[in-house]
Amino acid sequence: MQPSTNTPAAAARRAAAAVRAAFPHTLPVLMGFSCLGLTYGVLMASKGYGALWSLLMSALAFGGSMQYVAISLLTAAFDPLQAFLMSLMVNARHLFYGLSMLPRYRGMGGARNALVFLLCDETFSINCATEPPADVPAKDFYLAVSLLDYLYWVAASFVGGLIGGMLNADLTGLDFVLTALIFVLFLDKWDRREERPSALIGLGAAVACLAAFGQSGFIIPAMGVILAALLLGRDRLCR
Amino acid sequence: MQVMTPLETMAMILAVAAGTVITRFLPFWLFPESKGVPRAVAFLGQALPPAMMGLLVVYCLKGTDVLGPTHAIPEIVALVVIYVLHRAKHNALLSIAGGTVVYVLLLRLLTA
Repeated sequence: MQPSTNTPAAAARRAAAAVRAAFPHTLPVLMGFSCLGLTYGVLMASKGYGALWSLLMSALAFGGSMQYVAISLLTAAFDPLQAFLMSLMVNARHLFYGLSMLPRYRGMGGARNALVFLLCDETFSINCATEPPADVPAKDFYLAVSLLDYLYWVAASFVGGLIGGMLNADLTGLDFVLTALIFVLFLDKWDRREERPSALIGLGAAVACLAAFGQSGFIIPAMGVILAALLLGRDRLCR
Repeated sequence: MQVMTPLETMAMILAVAAGTVITRFLPFWLFPESKGVPRAVAFLGQALPPAMMGLLVVYCLKGTDVLGPTHAIPEIVALVVIYVLHRAKHNALLSIAGGTVVYVLLLRLLTA
């Protein structure tokens, strides 16, 4: 007889198995988000926005780089339209995460909306570069990675807001853990021979656009170049 | 220093959140599961992930300044360490931890 999978106990076991499988993959994110989230909360507090505001911003507008940009917007004249447009621009790279995850997040029902809402750089990188273990359903694994990363960020920014200026530890440089994570996941993609041309296109387009447009404006042109290069080279890339 | 009223702050947070949420959901709204995905988009779903990882590597390193006080030595050495470790041991956590430790140590040595 098949064991029921709908009882609360079975659901809890399933969730625990997914978290156990996902947790090691999110360890670098835990470390990186702890540093960046704490710093974010501390910065917000230094501008007069306490822990609850940091918590709210992180929970609703989950996205590190734009949240940092928003600190300066919160201390300028009240202009939500500008904040909205800037958020669209800074977060435009998410469009490509969505396109990349269309096939992977297919058929995941109600969980899909949560997965999409939680799709940050690091979660995207892990979920697109990691094969879920055989004994855990892909949906559970993706959801566990997404939720863990989200919780790390929200909790760290809240704690940062609480301790405010009391933070004495020097966390400079520790956020490199996120660069290291992305680089390792990139190497894993690079090792798959059939994915190498595409990885090279992304790297090359980004470097060229960084040189041409500078730090603050290279993402959107780079996305355009990547799109054009992939579509033009489609026949060759398709093998 | 200027702090907005709670209502204004709430409006700002919702504005930032709206921008973030739209960028995340737009592809899924444009190509719902009930309809077939155009072949070009299906192709992009396969070919984009490695390209985005390449873009993300550059995005993470965009602030690196070869002419700055550390001459980007911590970044370069740490990336080499990660590359070598990852080739040798194929252990993601070890590569990440090793690279980060090297980066932090070099950064502090060179900026002390």
